[in-house]
Amino acid sequence: MNTNYIGKGTSRVDGREKVTGQAKYAAEFTAEGMTHAFVVSSRIAKGKIKSIDASAALELEGVLDVFTHKNRPKLAWYDKSYQDEDSPPGSPFRPLYDSEIQFSMQPIALVVAETFELARYGASLVQVEYEEESHTTNLKANREKAYNPKKYKSGEPPKSRGNMEEAFAGAAAKVDQEYFHTSEHHNPMEMHASTVVWEDDGTMTIYDKTQSVKNSQNYIKKIFDLSTKDARVISPFVGGAFGSGLRPQYQLFLAVMAALALERSVKLVLTRQQMFSFGHRPATIQHLQLGASKDGNLLAAKHEAFAETSRFEDYAENVVVWQNTLYKCDNVAFDYKLVGLDVYTPLDMRAPGGVTGMYALESAMDELAVAAGIDPVELRLKNYTEKDQNEDAPFTSKELKECYRQAAEKFGWEKRNPEPRSMRDGHKLVGWGMASAAWEATQQEASAKAQLTADGKLIVSSATADIGTGTYTVMTQLAAETLGLPLEDVTFKLGDSTLPYAPLEGGSWTVSSVGSAVKKVCDAIGERLLKFSRKLPGSPFALAGLEEVKFENGMMKLKSDPSKGFYIKDIMQQRELDVIEEEVTSKPASEQKNYAPYAHAAVFVEVKVDEDFGTITVSRVVSGVAAGRVINTKTSRSQILGGIVWGIGMALEEESFMDNTFGRFMNHNLAEYHVPVNADVHDIEVIFVEEHDEIVNPIGAKGLGEIGIVGVAAAIANAVYHATGKRVRDLPITLDKVM
Amino acid sequence: MKDKPQTESVETAARPLAPKSSIILKINDTEHKLEVAPWTSVLDLLREYLHMTGTKKGCDHGQCGACTVLVDGTRVNSCLTLAVMKDGSEITTIEGLAKDGELHPMQQAFIDNDAFQCGYCTPGQICSAVGLLQEGKAKSIDDIRDLMSGNICRCGAYNNILAAIQQVKGGVQNA
Ligand code: FES
Ligand code: FES
Repeated sequence: MNTNYIGKGTSRVDGREKVTGQAKYAAEFTAEGMTHAFVVSSRIAKGKIKSIDASAALELEGVLDVFTHKNRPKLAWYDKSYQDEDSPPGSPFRPLYDSEIQFSMQPIALVVAETFELARYGASLVQVEYEEESHTTNLKANREKAYNPKKYKSGEPPKSRGNMEEAFAGAAAKVDQEYFHTSEHHNPMEMHASTVVWEDDGTMTIYDKTQSVKNSQNYIKKIFDLSTKDARVISPFVGGAFGSGLRPQYQLFLAVMAALALERSVKLVLTRQQMFSFGHRPATIQHLQLGASKDGNLLAAKHEAFAETSRFEDYAENVVVWQNTLYKCDNVAFDYKLVGLDVYTPLDMRAPGGVTGMYALESAMDELAVAAGIDPVELRLKNYTEKDQNEDAPFTSKELKECYRQAAEKFGWEKRNPEPRSMRDGHKLVGWGMASAAWEATQQEASAKAQLTADGKLIVSSATADIGTGTYTVMTQLAAETLGLPLEDVTFKLGDSTLPYAPLEGGSWTVSSVGSAVKKVCDAIGERLLKFSRKLPGSPFALAGLEEVKFENGMMKLKSDPSKGFYIKDIMQQRELDVIEEEVTSKPASEQKNYAPYAHAAVFVEVKVDEDFGTITVSRVVSGVAAGRVINTKTSRSQILGGIVWGIGMALEEESFMDNTFGRFMNHNLAEYHVPVNADVHDIEVIFVEEHDEIVNPIGAKGLGEIGIVGVAAAIANAVYHATGKRVRDLPITLDKVM
Repeated sequence: MKDKPQTESVETAARPLAPKSSIILKINDTEHKLEVAPWTSVLDLLREYLHMTGTKKGCDHGQCGACTVLVDGTRVNSCLTLAVMKDGSEITTIEGLAKDGELHPMQQAFIDNDAFQCGYCTPGQICSAVGLLQEGKAKSIDDIRDLMSGNICRCGAYNNILAAIQQVKGGVQNA
């Protein structure tokens, strides 16, 4: 037995459940007398409901009720009751609150029936009359109405420094361009669903698709005036989310409302079309000005963004902060403005702000390299910063230089001919491009509980989530290694609102936050074991402190003499202990405030562009990632692979097409909203660069859920330029734009 | 040992809508005598009426492949397949691939190669991969990629899915 698990390629502990179909997702729980609900969505984008006639649906045998704003139960009054842990400033949307329509496909009625098919049919019979008002959904056409919100969701744009205009005017090499990307939708494979089981005692067990059971629970508690005991939220498996489960979605609200009104169990699954009716990555226009000296030193930088938001909330992300994180420059100016449109509020989507800002910044850097006649990697190294200029703080660690070096070498970058259209493979133009990436690596407060039983089995738990990120696996590894137990004796539990608090499963902070709590609680168990063992006959630990012992292979041993020790099971049995239990909260150390925590990456991409048809293939990607300690080599690689696939989607395929006439995303299905499929993905190589970080958190690991996607779109756009000589500044780069 | 066929009353929408039909389906070696409404898809039959939720719904429109099952050995999108049309067929779902607790080689290969993240597309991917190998059409890596492109994985596990299929299929070279 060897209980050193950290840094190994352990297969997922929940793998067997997932490959046998036993892993249960929110819509897959059931109960006696389950009813099924179906949402009626608004046809218009703005106006009022004049009348709703549900009589034809209600006449069907087996239709139990149709809820609308007319007959809904009493609801909370204040905005505060509808706000959740991820709400932007403003007044959250309230389903079925009144006759007002605020966005296309707004839920306006809920049909509840004995079967799914019947509910769906019933929904098709509900007649709605609208009083239409004219709507505005076009970002580009309404740019002059942009405003600076009173409060930014995620920090204000950084302060300007020096004199950007003057420095730019005097620069030898310049870029002054605009970049654009459309709205995009998360589209996890599992559609949002909530199954509410109405228990005999009138409480509810709610299976919800969410990135935080606590957030879901608090949300419905406030709106429906429930106690913690009234509503337990459970979410053992989540079929992807990428941010879509950060806020409680309207299916949770509606299913709970119906269950309370009918006192019955209710299941509500949104349709794929309805998955386009809440939250998206906001379409954003970015203006970049970069000025450099002849030899490529950055003299001036300006980054402004204009992003869409809804009329009722000011959603904002960190789009314009990356210049300060990546490149040294003394004359900088930043701004970030919002344009209010008649759409649902945008929502954090994998690396929100990072993929957006870095796409424009890293495209502009590529243009600057061309303008200055310098190799793109060299330009980045020239302007490398050892300090985050947003906070004027050193990084907790930053091995980005190594990322450039190792990834460039693996890719063969030195063989690149800088001339566009200079490389070919038959009738295909070959292009090589690169980009840098950075993403936050913060730690949040989190709690965890651990129970060690007499048989040597350990259960550790925290109300976090595993949305495919590998939380179950890495937490099990961390706990098993900390207490030196075999993996199969350790169980990690998550996704249950009765467990200790964990932050939203997002922001790439789960390993850092929950992982630190898991380590701390296992240390606390270790300390208890040490205390118990001191009094055992012949104990070698009589005078030992925790730092003098180690846990390994089921034993507690003296570090100075590992031949001396006890089996953990023996300590438990000899002291006649049934169980040792600990619960802890772990908070970021105050020292962290003096540093800037970021993960970094360098992405190198090869594209092949068909000269006649303009089709683009991403034939090769090498990504060098510096993210501290890697807990699981297998799942970590998968996280980065997934991020890169997302980057391919963003660069070449994903586009939520807004038809401004109807104010609706028209391609709201998976046939027309293109995401990468197997044939779109080719060679991808992931390199983890060694990085030691003692400050970022007690584990030394940085999250990997987002860093993988960040630089990819820019690297692809830069490679397309290199292949074709055409600079497309408008994502996705579809073939019509390169032809 | 085979279970005896038993009649299960499947509560699909009652009355005037359309009468139910009696069908027999052999699902994972067990024969089911079923009364189903004409509008019930194989996918909804499995998930909502038989509570076999291993087969997933990702779009309900034949656009994602999450609902892939094997019908008489051929992979199909069960969301586009009405149950009444498959009277007399044999259906294999993800729940039927492991035998006596031993994983199908494709299931094991998916675990070994970390060919999934959230796991939601996985049952469809695995059934599709098993069907693919039975079809015998995939000769190269590009073939596998093409012929697996009806199964979307939003987590982006494609390269690992490819590796898993290669592990089971053995030596495929790119053309
Ligand atoms: S659910 Fe059948 S193809 Fe998507
Ligand atoms: S594993 Fe999540 S969609 Fe494929």
